[in-house]
Amino acid sequence: MSETIENQVAAAGGPRQPGGVGRNLIVRTAFDAFMRRREATILLVAIGLIIYFQSARSEFLSHDNLVNLSQSTAPFAIVAVGQVLLLVSGEIDLSAGATFTLAPFMVHYLIDFYGVFPIPAIVLSVLVGCLIGFGNGFVTVVLKVPSFVTTLGMLFLVGGIVLTTSHAFPAQIPEAAQGTIQRWFGLAEWSEIIWCLLIVAFFHVVLTRTRWGLHTIAVGGNLLGAREAGIKTTRIKIGNFMITGGLAAFAGILEAFRTQTIDPSLSGADFASVMFTAVAAAVIGGTALAGGSGTVIGALLGAFVLAELRNGFNLIGISANPFNIILGLAILGSMILNVYLANLRRAGRT
Amino acid sequence: MTGGPNVTEPPEVLRVEHIAKRFGAVEALSDVSLYLKKGEVLGLIGDNGAGKSTLIKIICGFHQPDAGKIIVNGEEVTLKSVDHARSLGIDTVYQDLALVNELTVYHNMFLNREVVRWPLLNNRAMRKRARQYLDDMGVRIQSVEAEVAKLSGGQRQAIAVARSVYSDAKILLLDEPLAAMGAKEGALILDLVRDLKDRGEVSIIIIAHNYAQVLEVCDRVNLLQHGGITYDKRRAETSVAELTDLVVAEYRAHRTKGG
Repeated sequence: MSETIENQVAAAGGPRQPGGVGRNLIVRTAFDAFMRRREATILLVAIGLIIYFQSARSEFLSHDNLVNLSQSTAPFAIVAVGQVLLLVSGEIDLSAGATFTLAPFMVHYLIDFYGVFPIPAIVLSVLVGCLIGFGNGFVTVVLKVPSFVTTLGMLFLVGGIVLTTSHAFPAQIPEAAQGTIQRWFGLAEWSEIIWCLLIVAFFHVVLTRTRWGLHTIAVGGNLLGAREAGIKTTRIKIGNFMITGGLAAFAGILEAFRTQTIDPSLSGADFASVMFTAVAAAVIGGTALAGGSGTVIGALLGAFVLAELRNGFNLIGISANPFNIILGLAILGSMILNVYLANLRRAGRT
Repeated sequence: MTGGPNVTEPPEVLRVEHIAKRFGAVEALSDVSLYLKKGEVLGLIGDNGAGKSTLIKIICGFHQPDAGKIIVNGEEVTLKSVDHARSLGIDTVYQDLALVNELTVYHNMFLNREVVRWPLLNNRAMRKRARQYLDDMGVRIQSVEAEVAKLSGGQRQAIAVARSVYSDAKILLLDEPLAAMGAKEGALILDLVRDLKDRGEVSIIIIAHNYAQVLEVCDRVNLLQHGGITYDKRRAETSVAELTDLVVAEYRAHRTKGG
């Protein structure tokens, strides 16, 4: 596939042949414009996988399986949106999975032990996520500890708080939150994906059309330059840590409400998996770890591709164990392809 | 000097007095005083590491001095940030240009002064204005939507200069604006400085290593040496040879002392 792309780009970038290429040229220009979008590669992969799995198992696109797919895309995509903002501004949050696990417990504690109403409890829990993000940001930006280390510490700290306060036992969804609220926040079939799409749409606009997004790119692309231009780089970075924490908390609440249990084991051996899946989704979707570039829609597509693989393998009857092999190869392959395509884009016309 | 009875002299827009700055054990500036009059172009020269960029970064609010006074338009100010200095009309073209490779030409030109139709960026207005500014300056760039990473050194410099010139700056600080430029592009920037001077609204401090180019545009030259200003002459009273001698003499003196 990459070879045809190269040919197309090379052909489109080369000198125009005189006459006789009118329609061809339009198609080629459209293709060119499409390929220049960062999300293009991952969209093609996603569509390719749909075609493959649907032809292998006709129930892949059935109603029930689409619900499955949406539910195993949404929580990771929501966490990935935060990671994209952070990665673009040149940082990373390894503690997002722990925050994801803590948040539904916060809801449980607030409602069952402190008698808080469900909606305020959800809002407060998301704010606790933001607070954890603030802690990450403060230690990283003000105390100048690399975010990789800061958030690694925070991962164990928050995970430990979850295990200690819950005594490592799962909890029930609080009775007051059951019913309408639980359906709105995760239990209803399409609830998670609707929240996810709203969040993706919102932050896509934030990243591409607002000052906050522009400054996020500037901070990640040229930190000193951004500071010289008078951008408040500390505020941008800490803000993005807080957004990531809040989104991780919200995704955790949705996921707990959907699965109808508040599970502390996510903070054990699996606590890294939510975060790593989210980072993988962001990276597969075209976000550079080096900062300065990334796309929220790409992260959604990345999360969707990972869900397709997990779900499709399951349907075909391949065990879950080789899934990680595929995931690893997918990350490596997409990174290599991204570097390669970025070079092509750069070499091509504007 | 300020008490002089000469009324035809243009007013001072900037005066710094006894500025000192150290970074840890390194004393970058020990006692710097200089002044800038309205519409004047002041050339600031000095060897590498003399502290020229540090001085510029103090005047534009990026660094805060350890001691000394900054007086803008007759009022003593404590510059808290780049934004603060900018609100007083002080703008800078940094040596490193402060451009973001990942952003387009027009986003770079409006970085941190974006045109906003709340809550969104007004990209169309920025594109249009960026195009117009560059055309006015005679800078040739294919598209303002190009990523800055794709441009040549001279084009990048031109964007950084255009950004400051069109920000309504009253005091413009140019830190080596000719460094990455070809002869043609360098001439373009010098023409621009001359244009600004003719209009008389903007006062400029320009740092450059090419003394011939500095003398082409400036009214006065200051030499920064040993953490202070050691030389202050009008253009007519000096020459490239003299300036070169001043800097080289210092180097020779050092060498004979050391060896």
